[in-house]
Amino acid sequence: MVRIVKRTDLTKRQSVMFRLLAILGALLAAGIFILFLGFNPFRVYLSMLDGSFGSLYRFKESIIQAIPLIVSSLGISIAFRMKFWNIGAEGQIIMGAFAASYFALYWSNLPVYVMLPLMFLASAAAGGIWALIPAIFKAQFGTNETLFTLMMNYIAQKIIVYVQYGPWKDPKALGAGKIALFGDNAALPEVFGIHIGWIITVVLVVLVYIFINKTKRGYEIQVIGESENTARYAGMNVKKIILSSLILSGALCGLVGMFQVSGVNHTLSYQVANGVGFTAIITTWLAGLSAPVIVIVCFLFAVLQQGGTFIQTAFSIHSSAAQLIQGMILFFVLGSEFFIQYKLVLKQKTDKLIKKEAA
Amino acid sequence: MTFINILTFILTGAVTAGTPLLFATLGEIITEKVGQLNLGVEGMMLMGAVIGFSAALSTGNPVLGILAGMIAGACGALIFAFLTITLRANQIVSGLSLTIFGTGFSSFVGQKMVGQGLADSVRNSFAPIKLPLLGDIPVLGPALFNQNVLVYAGYVVAVILAIYLYKTRLGLNMRMVGENPGAADTAGINVALYKYVHILIGGMLCGIAGAYMSMITVPSWQDGVTGGRGWIAVALVIFVTWNPYKAMLGSYFFGALSILGLYLQGYVHIPQSIFDMLPYFATIIVLIMISLKKSKENNPPKALGEPYFREDR
Amino acid sequence: MRNEVYIKIENLTKTFGPVIANNNVCLEVNRGEIHALLGENGSGKSTLMNMLSGIYTPDSGQIYIKGRQVTFRTPKDSMAMGIGMIHQHFKLVEVMSAKENIIAGQKGRLFVGSAKLSGKIRKISDKYGLAVDPDKKIYNMSVGEKQTVEILKVIYRGAEILILDEPTAVLTPQETEGLFKILRKMKESGSAVIIITHKLNEVMEIADKITVLRKGETVGTVNKEDTNSAELTNLMVGRAVDLSISRVECKDKKTILNIEGLTVVDDEKVKALDNISFKLSAGEILGVAGVAGSGQKELCEAIAGLFPVASGKIEYKGENIVGKNPRDIIKKGISMSFIPEDRLGMGLVASMGMVDNMILKEYQNQKGFMIDKKIARSLSQNLIKKLEINTPGIYHPVRQLSGGNIQKVLLGREIESNPHLLITAYPVRGLDINASYTIYDLLNEQKEKGVGILYIGEDLDVLIELCDRIMVICNGKITGMVDAHKVNKEQLGMMMAGETMETVMGVGA
Repeated sequence: MVRIVKRTDLTKRQSVMFRLLAILGALLAAGIFILFLGFNPFRVYLSMLDGSFGSLYRFKESIIQAIPLIVSSLGISIAFRMKFWNIGAEGQIIMGAFAASYFALYWSNLPVYVMLPLMFLASAAAGGIWALIPAIFKAQFGTNETLFTLMMNYIAQKIIVYVQYGPWKDPKALGAGKIALFGDNAALPEVFGIHIGWIITVVLVVLVYIFINKTKRGYEIQVIGESENTARYAGMNVKKIILSSLILSGALCGLVGMFQVSGVNHTLSYQVANGVGFTAIITTWLAGLSAPVIVIVCFLFAVLQQGGTFIQTAFSIHSSAAQLIQGMILFFVLGSEFFIQYKLVLKQKTDKLIKKEAA
Repeated sequence: MTFINILTFILTGAVTAGTPLLFATLGEIITEKVGQLNLGVEGMMLMGAVIGFSAALSTGNPVLGILAGMIAGACGALIFAFLTITLRANQIVSGLSLTIFGTGFSSFVGQKMVGQGLADSVRNSFAPIKLPLLGDIPVLGPALFNQNVLVYAGYVVAVILAIYLYKTRLGLNMRMVGENPGAADTAGINVALYKYVHILIGGMLCGIAGAYMSMITVPSWQDGVTGGRGWIAVALVIFVTWNPYKAMLGSYFFGALSILGLYLQGYVHIPQSIFDMLPYFATIIVLIMISLKKSKENNPPKALGEPYFREDR
Repeated sequence: MRNEVYIKIENLTKTFGPVIANNNVCLEVNRGEIHALLGENGSGKSTLMNMLSGIYTPDSGQIYIKGRQVTFRTPKDSMAMGIGMIHQHFKLVEVMSAKENIIAGQKGRLFVGSAKLSGKIRKISDKYGLAVDPDKKIYNMSVGEKQTVEILKVIYRGAEILILDEPTAVLTPQETEGLFKILRKMKESGSAVIIITHKLNEVMEIADKITVLRKGETVGTVNKEDTNSAELTNLMVGRAVDLSISRVECKDKKTILNIEGLTVVDDEKVKALDNISFKLSAGEILGVAGVAGSGQKELCEAIAGLFPVASGKIEYKGENIVGKNPRDIIKKGISMSFIPEDRLGMGLVASMGMVDNMILKEYQNQKGFMIDKKIARSLSQNLIKKLEINTPGIYHPVRQLSGGNIQKVLLGREIESNPHLLITAYPVRGLDINASYTIYDLLNEQKEKGVGILYIGEDLDVLIELCDRIMVICNGKITGMVDAHKVNKEQLGMMMAGETMETVMGVGA
């Protein structure tokens, strides 16, 4: 008979090994599936790597894919630390993009040094408010935040659909539902060929790390996540801390919206978040909510995505292959957590162990 | 057109559009009633849609199509069940992963079928069938009783599920698993088995919902054919407070919202996106009302989303 | 037939990670017998019963039911052998009716018919005097009713062996009486009953035989007729109860805490504290005795600012602190410390190390945005030396320390803040004898320094030896305020059951 026993003895290195093994397993399983569909898995994998690292341009593209994932994950990690299951990052990104676009489109005469800070603040505020609404209901009435934030995503998306095909439609687009391109004063400047969002991202990673680990508020967030009772015992104002931290969480996601409209697309569309808010939930979880690890995990995901786009153009293998492999990796890594936390022990072994201890 | 005509038109459209929502909602109700929050509905629907469509396309057999869709949905659910029950993974993250996987899976498998349509023989087998007598009732007759065979199947599944949940021993047991797995366990109920079985049934229903979209609503393959209906189903489960009868009403109501903008185009100008927003608004309002009410009834299953391990200490 | 052996347990062992919860435990229970399983908290009673009811799987050892060796993999296996367990935390679904809770998991026809089942349930309830309405929803029931449903549930399943885990902990004296009546009826009808408890008076009242567990091992089994409370206590704690806790004296006797007419109302709108008034002076240990759930938790939390006060005054050194939350109290420099009962869930952050736990309250008074852990680090190191805390390091999660060490961390932190008032709830619960003595010594040391101490205890011997005065509460009311030198356990027990001090002490004198 096999029993499940909690592990207490795993070293950090071993747990990293387990996760790497899981990723390998996922690649193997996905490879079999790709083979089954009549493609050569090695070729697919190699070309994906080629697509994300093969040239400076492709490498830059990978980084551009990683930026929104990293920043959203940072935002989500703050909420998750309090066990507030904010799965509304998608909507917060969209609302951030919406607010930033408003200034880009309707205050288009502003000089760039006013425009960009304004867009920056507007996007953070919009994302923050979008996260604050469910947080208020959670704090006041205990309304389920998981489902609430999920619904907020779709409301945000439909708002953009409405403006895209309605009031904000570009008359020059000849009836197509498109919003006009932003002017140059609303475009994030580039540094080393990548929009400046990457520098902001690096700064944010450091700031969030310091915030969580070195500040009083970060400490409070960690205590609340562990036990609200302890937090109350220690005299923390739990409601206030949850609300203000949720604004911060949403604001970070809102910024992502600004990066995307101002640095990448130069316009707004209802697909602006493109699932980043959902993928970021997974990357945050896989990274164990730790800011430095988030960078690594998100970059790996970005590489997969960028590789996927590349194989579509280069080998006419559908880019969804990347999503498929992503899904597989997620399954395997999620599953591997079990083996990191528990081990299976044969019944007879424990008997012996006990006898040994007793002796 | 007379008012009666418009009403009939809208109701008929609502039921047709609401049926895939109904299947997916019933599937998620079963899953949540047993305590598992599976956010992979959209993924399972897409898996059902692509496999169902390709089976129907290659065999020309509509029954095989629907069956294949069911199995595909159940396979997606099996992954979720294995991860969350056996391997004790986080339910939210696992469900989202399933949606990512299902989306990728459907695009990848379906890439060669884009734009292809089903044979007429398949399409005709989903033509409306008018039920005798019932079909002649004004307004409600054409809307409810002159429909394709899967719409009728939807009625049957909803009623069976409601009876199962509230009138049978198995239903009582499974509700107990979702409310208090510890109590169920000590009462001799096999918690893991109940969870597995019901998650799989839930996946099958989501698979049917997906197959309905690709084989009946849009009888040709297009990428992302379910168009976010899986998420509406997740909302619907809350909106109808986990009740299969209310799920029928809710699904058709949300179905009506999804076509209302189109039908009212000539009369009042309200963009479709506003109607599309309403289901989510309504769901949030229901969520808030549930949390405001002090009553213990109509609440989410108590152990929803919480893992259960007997020996944890 | 009278002496047929229903349960025989031989050398049962169960470990949780490095902790050996049960080691070679043996037990024998006969038909028609009420068998008490006695032991302190953490002695392994619940673990043993959980193995008997199939919730835990033993690592080694044998279980025989009516002479047949059995292996329980699930609760279902155990139930099939006629074992029914009533858990301390009821295993009931709140939104279902009593009937639904009773029949769930049972074999039978697919459809749940109504009238016939209700009839069968009524028949059983009449037989054993279990008054309960089968169609009433659990959330509308009192604690006593819920327990009745639990008992009905296992009898309905044909249980002949009934296990009750601390069944009286949450009951009023009247409800306890009712429960004992039911148990005696069950015994007469030939069932075997095992009752887990650490309350000696109940054991002496209801049990036929008593098995004592200590630190996961069986110490012995005795007949009630051949024993007495003193012997049982000896068996439980492992030596004669001459606790000889030194009682120190303090000269300074200013009133430090003055509570007048304190009333608090809990979530269910029940008065958890009803018009409580008392004074506590500096250099005094005031003990609080009472059945669990008599209002002790609410009293502590109300003083600490964690529980809303409905009416009344709480004066700390003459200042009314009602309405002040813990933050105000810390910020105002009110030197009050509260050692909550739930150490890891309230007093400490379980996953954090000592350093992060040291700053739990102190951080509020730090200036600026950043947090400074320097002082906390040296404080941790000092405490480890001073209190001999056994930990792999100051960053090691406190959750993984032993109970005694966890308590030392918590108490150490609070004492280091130099409080003038110390509120401690069950500070030695789950601790072994040595660790307990360390805690008593620490408390006495504080008392000597002039600290006023409110001590919520459960062990009456300790209360009598450690405290200066003892306040007894029952159902949120004070039933006695006595000098600890002039009272005995029996008298305390009667007041805990609701007798007034006048009658009790009158009898004693």
